Amino acid sequence: MLELKHIEKNYNRLPLLEDVSFSVGKDETVCILGPSGGGKSTLLRIIAGLEKPAAGQVLWDGREISTVPPHLREFGLMFQDYALFPHLNVFDNIAFGLQMHQLAEDEINRRVEEALEIISLRQVADRSVTDLSGGEKQRVAFARALAPKPNLLMLDEPMGSLDRALRDQLIKELHMLISKMDIPVIYVTHDQEEAFSIADRILILHEGRIVQSGSPQYIYTHPADLWVASFFGLNNRLEGKICSIDPVTAETAIGKIAFSCSKQTFSIGAAVDLVILPTAISIKENSYGLNYFEGRIIENIFKGNNFVIRVGIQESAEFSFQTIKLYPKGKEVGFTIDPDSILCFKRKR
Amino acid sequence: MKILENRQQWSLFWIFPILFIVGFYFLPMASILGHTFASGSDSVLTNQINWTIAGRVVGFTFYQASLSTLITLLVGLPSAYLFGRFSFRGKNLLRILSTLPFILPTVVVAAGFNALIGPKGWLNLLIMDILQISTPPIRLLNSMPAILIAHVFYNTSIVIRVVGTAWEQLDQKLENAARMLGATPNNVFWKVTFPLLLPSILSATVLVFLFNFTSFGVILMMGGAAYTTIEVEIYIQTMQFLNLKMAGILSLIQLTFSMLLTFLSLRISGDRNVPIIPMIEGEGLRKPDSLLEKLFVYILTALLIILLVSPTAALLFRSISTFSMSNSIGGMASLGLTLENYRGLFFNDRHSLFFVPPIAALRNSVLFAAASMTTALILGIMISVSSSKNERSNKYLGFLVMLPLGTSAVTLGLGYLSAFSSTPNSIRWFPILIPMVHALIALPFVIRIIQPVIQSIPANLHEAAMTLGVPERQLWKHIDLPLIRKSLATAAIYAFAISLGEFGATSFLIRPEFPTLPIAIFRYLNLPGGKNYGKAMAMAAILLIICGIGFFIIERLQIKVKGENQ
Amino acid sequence: MNKEKFILILIIGASIITACGKEPTSLVVMTHDSFAVSEATIAAFEEENDIDVAFLPSGDAGSTLNRAILVKEAPIADILFGIDNTFLSRAIDEDLFDAYITPLVNEIPDVFKLDGQNRVVPIDFGDVCINYDKQFFRENNLDIPSSLDDLTDPKYANLLVVENPATSSPGLAFMFATIAEYGENGYLGFWKELKENGVVIVNDWGTAYYTNFSGSAGQGAQPMVVSYGTSPAAEVVFAEEELDESPTASLIGRNMCFRQIEFAGILKGSKNRAMAERFIDFMLSTQFQEDIPLNMFVFPVNQNAHIPKEFLDHVQLPDHPAVINTDEIAENRDVWIEAWRELMLR
Repeated sequence: MLELKHIEKNYNRLPLLEDVSFSVGKDETVCILGPSGGGKSTLLRIIAGLEKPAAGQVLWDGREISTVPPHLREFGLMFQDYALFPHLNVFDNIAFGLQMHQLAEDEINRRVEEALEIISLRQVADRSVTDLSGGEKQRVAFARALAPKPNLLMLDEPMGSLDRALRDQLIKELHMLISKMDIPVIYVTHDQEEAFSIADRILILHEGRIVQSGSPQYIYTHPADLWVASFFGLNNRLEGKICSIDPVTAETAIGKIAFSCSKQTFSIGAAVDLVILPTAISIKENSYGLNYFEGRIIENIFKGNNFVIRVGIQESAEFSFQTIKLYPKGKEVGFTIDPDSILCFKRKR
Repeated sequence: MKILENRQQWSLFWIFPILFIVGFYFLPMASILGHTFASGSDSVLTNQINWTIAGRVVGFTFYQASLSTLITLLVGLPSAYLFGRFSFRGKNLLRILSTLPFILPTVVVAAGFNALIGPKGWLNLLIMDILQISTPPIRLLNSMPAILIAHVFYNTSIVIRVVGTAWEQLDQKLENAARMLGATPNNVFWKVTFPLLLPSILSATVLVFLFNFTSFGVILMMGGAAYTTIEVEIYIQTMQFLNLKMAGILSLIQLTFSMLLTFLSLRISGDRNVPIIPMIEGEGLRKPDSLLEKLFVYILTALLIILLVSPTAALLFRSISTFSMSNSIGGMASLGLTLENYRGLFFNDRHSLFFVPPIAALRNSVLFAAASMTTALILGIMISVSSSKNERSNKYLGFLVMLPLGTSAVTLGLGYLSAFSSTPNSIRWFPILIPMVHALIALPFVIRIIQPVIQSIPANLHEAAMTLGVPERQLWKHIDLPLIRKSLATAAIYAFAISLGEFGATSFLIRPEFPTLPIAIFRYLNLPGGKNYGKAMAMAAILLIICGIGFFIIERLQIKVKGENQ
Repeated sequence: MNKEKFILILIIGASIITACGKEPTSLVVMTHDSFAVSEATIAAFEEENDIDVAFLPSGDAGSTLNRAILVKEAPIADILFGIDNTFLSRAIDEDLFDAYITPLVNEIPDVFKLDGQNRVVPIDFGDVCINYDKQFFRENNLDIPSSLDDLTDPKYANLLVVENPATSSPGLAFMFATIAEYGENGYLGFWKELKENGVVIVNDWGTAYYTNFSGSAGQGAQPMVVSYGTSPAAEVVFAEEELDESPTASLIGRNMCFRQIEFAGILKGSKNRAMAERFIDFMLSTQFQEDIPLNMFVFPVNQNAHIPKEFLDHVQLPDHPAVINTDEIAENRDVWIEAWRELMLR
C-alpha cells in the first residue's frame, strides 16, 4: 500500500503541491483529477522517485522510500506521449524492463509474448515503434510498464492525444485489464469522463491541494465546493440569501427557490451559493408551484444522446439544462426546478 | 516534405549543388591529377614513388589522427553532457569561447600556444618567478604532445556542438522511462542514452578524425620537423621536389581512406533518426543539483577554460604587452602594457605597396566569410531537403559532399591554379573562387548539422499547420524554419568560422588587392623584428574579437520565442 | 528559395562579365611572398609607362617556381621574380624564360651573372646566416662560434635551431652551406654530430625565429637560429623601442653563410614583351634598387645603388660565403635533401 504524507513541492519558488496526503490500497484504482498543469504529473514523478519533494514522505507498506532510487522502487509508469524507445522495436521495448531485471532469456520471451497477446499486437512485434499508430503506441507503452510486474502502476494522461472513439474503446480495455490486476493503480488525468470510467476513488487536485476525495458517483453529486462543481461543468450558479427554513428557501436574482441540502443547517439571512444540476429541469407549461419559473430558450445544442438548452430567466440568469426533446430557439417556456437537484454551499465571506 | 512534390522544384534542388561540386571540386582535381599522371611529363625531376616513405607517412598520419581524435572525444563527450543537460552561469560565453579556436589559422594558434606555454610564455614565466628558476620547465612545443593538444584545442568544439545539441534535444522522458523499468543509471546511459546519441557521436568523430587526418598547419608548425603526415608530405613533394606523381599518389591514398571512413560511418549510424520534440528552449536543462553534479560542472568548466580559452587569452594579452628587450632575466617584472601594436597596424611604415590596412584585411575576411556562409547554407539546405525526399540521392550526395574534407588542400589549391588560369586575366577573378572554396569545405559540416534535423521534422506538423490556414508554399517558413533554426545557426557559425580561418587553399587564390586577415598575419610573421611580431599578434587579436562578435550575433539570432513552435 | 538562387546567379554572372571584359592593360609580376617594394616606387613606373603593375605572391621561392612550371603552357604572368641560385638550373631547364639583355648589364658585378644566356637577370642578393642572441652569449660568457665545426662543440649543445631543408628555403640554404664546407660526402657526418649535439629542427622560418629563437620577440630557448644576414638590421628597424645596437648579429665564419642571389626573367608567352623589358630595366635602376634593402631586406646588385645606414651599421657581410655551382645543385638537390631527412628526421 502506498501512502503519501504532507507532500510539498515548489516550482520557481511558488508552491506547486501543498500538504498532499493520501493512500492507495492494494487493489484500488485511484484517479488524480485536476486541471492541466496543476502538478499532477509532478506528484507522479515524486511517487516514482524521479523528483524529490520539498517536504513530506512517501511510504510503501509502511516504510519510507524517499531514499530508494527510481529503478529499485518497482513502480511502473506509463508516460504522457508514451516515451517508447525509438531505437528498439516493439518486442524489445516491452522486453526492456525484463532485461533490466535480468530475467532468463526464455522467461523474457515468454512474458513478452504473453503481453503482446494481451494487447493484441502480436503481429507488429518486430516493427519499429515509430511506425505505430497512436493507439498501438499506447498499448505498447502499457505492456512495457506492466511486463516487469510492478508493485504499483501509474498512468500519466495515457489518453492524451487520441481521438474520442479510440479513447472510449481504450478506456474500456484498460479498465478490464486493470481490474484483473491486484496492484494499486494511480491514474492521472484532466478528463472527468476518464476518471469516472476507471476510478474506484477520485482525488481532486486544485492549486496544489487535494480538495476532495471519494467515489466517482459521490463526488459528482456532492462536489466539495464551487470550484469542484465548476470543474465538473456545473455552471448553473445562483447567489442567494436564506429567507425561510422548511423548506429551505433562498431569495435569489430569479426569485425564491427552494432546495434540499441535507448536509448543512442554515439560518435565515445566511448567504448561500447554489448550483443547479443540468438534470434539474422539468418543462411543464403553466404548472405553478414550488420552484416554477419562466424563461426563454436562448440556444439549443444537439449532443447525440440529448439536447442541451440554454435558458434565460428574466434577463437575470442563464442556465444550461439537459433535455430529451428539442425546444426551438426563442420559445418561451415554463418549467420547474427539482429542489433535490440543487447543490448548496455556504458562501465564504 | 510536401513542397517537393512539384517535380520541377525538386530537380532544381539537387542539380545546383551537384553543379557546384563538379565545378569547384571535380574539375580542379581532375586537372591536377591529370597533370600528375600524364605520361610524357617533361619535368626534369625524378618522378619516383618511394613506397617506404609513403607507408611510413600514412602510418604516422593514422596514428596521430586516431590519438588526437581519442583525446578529443575524452574531453569533448563529457563536455557535450555538460552543455546538453545543465544550465550554468557563463554557459553561452563558454560555448562561444570554445568555438573560437576553430577559426584560428594555425599561425595564430602556434603563436597563442607560444604565448602560453612557450619558453617565455605566461605559464613558464609564472612558474619561473614563483620557483625562482631560470630555465622554463614546460617544454611542450615542437613535439607530439603539442600536436595532440593543438588538435584537441581545435576540434573539441565540434563534439560539444554536434553531440551537445543532440543530447539537449534528447527527450528526458526516455531516460526516466528506463529508470522506472529498473535500469540503473549505468544501464540508462548505455542502453538508452548512448544508442540514441550514437548517430551524432559518430558524425562528430568522423569530422574530427578527418580534420586531424588532413591536418597541415598544426603538424608543420607545431610538431617540429620530425613529424610528417600525408598532407605535409604532399606539400613537400609538390613544393620542394615537384614530384607530382608522389604527391598525386599520396593525395589519392588520403582521399581513399577518407572515403572509406565516411562510408563506414554512414553505414554504422544507419538512418536512425532521433525525433525532435519541439521543445521550449532550455526545457531539458537543469542547474546542477547534488554535490557530485556541482563538482562535475565546476571542474569541467575549469578544464575547458584552461584547455580552450587560455591560449587565445594568452594571445590577446601578448598583443598588448611588451617585454623590455634589455632585461632577459626580468621575466614578468619587465612586462609593460601597450596598445602600440594596434596603432602600428594603421601605419604603413615602409610605405610598402603591400601594406595591408587592417580594416581592408578585416573587411575582406568578413565579406568572404559572409559570402561563403550564405552559399554553404543555401546549398546545404538544398541538399538536405532533396535528400530527405529521395533515399538514393541522400546516399550519393552525402558521400560526394564529404570528398573535399578528405582532400589535400594543397592538391586542391594547385588544382584551381591548373584548371582556372587559362589567361593572365583569369587570375583576376580568383578572389571570387575564395568563398566558393570555403563553402565547399564548409558544406559537409553544414549538411551533417542540419540534415538529421530536417529529416526528423514530424510530418503531421505540416498537416496541422495547413489546417490552421498556412498555405503550402509557406510551410517551410512557418513550420520548418523555426524548428531547424537552432541547427541552422550552428551550421552558420561553422561555415563562417571555417571561412575566416582558412589559409591553405586560400593562399593559392589570393590576390594582393584582396588580402584576408590570416594572409596578413602570415606576412607579418614572416619578417623579423619586434614590431612585426607585435602587429601579427594585434591582427590575430582582431581576428579573434571579430569572430567572437560574429558568433555572439549568430547565437542571439537563434533564441527562440518560448512556445513559438507549439 | 527562388529569390535567393536568382540573386546568386546574378552575382556570379556579373563577376564573370566584369572579369572577362577587361583588356590586358596591366603587367603581371609573379613573385614569392617576401617580395616588397614601396608604393611610390611602383607608382613612378606605372605613371611613366601608363600601365598597371599587378603582383602575384605565390608562396616561397620553391613554391613560386613550381607554380610557374605548372602553368607554363598558359603562363599567368609576364615576369617571374624570385628564382634564386639554388633553383636557377631547374628554372632554366624548364624553359620558362625568353632571353633579354638589359642595357643596365654593366652596372651589375659579374659575380652575380650566373646565366650566360641572359634568360634571367640578377636583381638582389643576400645571405642566409646563423643569427645569434648577443645578450645570451654575453650573460653566459660564451665565445661566438667562428666556424661550422665549432657548432658541434658540446659547449653549444642544444643552442641551435635550424629549419627543415625540405620545407624551408633558409633551411635548404644552410644545408647547402654545410655541403660547400664538407662536400657531399662529408656533410652528413657533420649533421650527425650536430644531431648528437642537440640541434633543434623545425619546419619553417617563422617557428624557428619566433618560437625558438631567444633573440626575437618570441623569446624562445635557442640563442642561435638559421635566418638571414639582414635580420639583425630588421630587428633594429622594427624594434618596439629605439635601439642603438641590434640585439642579434650573424655568424660569418667561412662557409657559415650561404649566398642567395635572386633573379627575374620574362616568361615565355608573355603578351607584354616590351613592357616587361622596361620593367626589368626598372628593377635594375637605382631608384628600385635603393628601395630594395629596407623592403625586402636584401642587398641590391646594382653597384651604384646606395646602401641604407641601418644595413651598414648592423649587417655583417661574410668574407667567404658558401657557394655551390647551380648545375650541381640542380642535379643533386633531391638526393641531398632526402639523405638529410633520412638521417635527421627518422
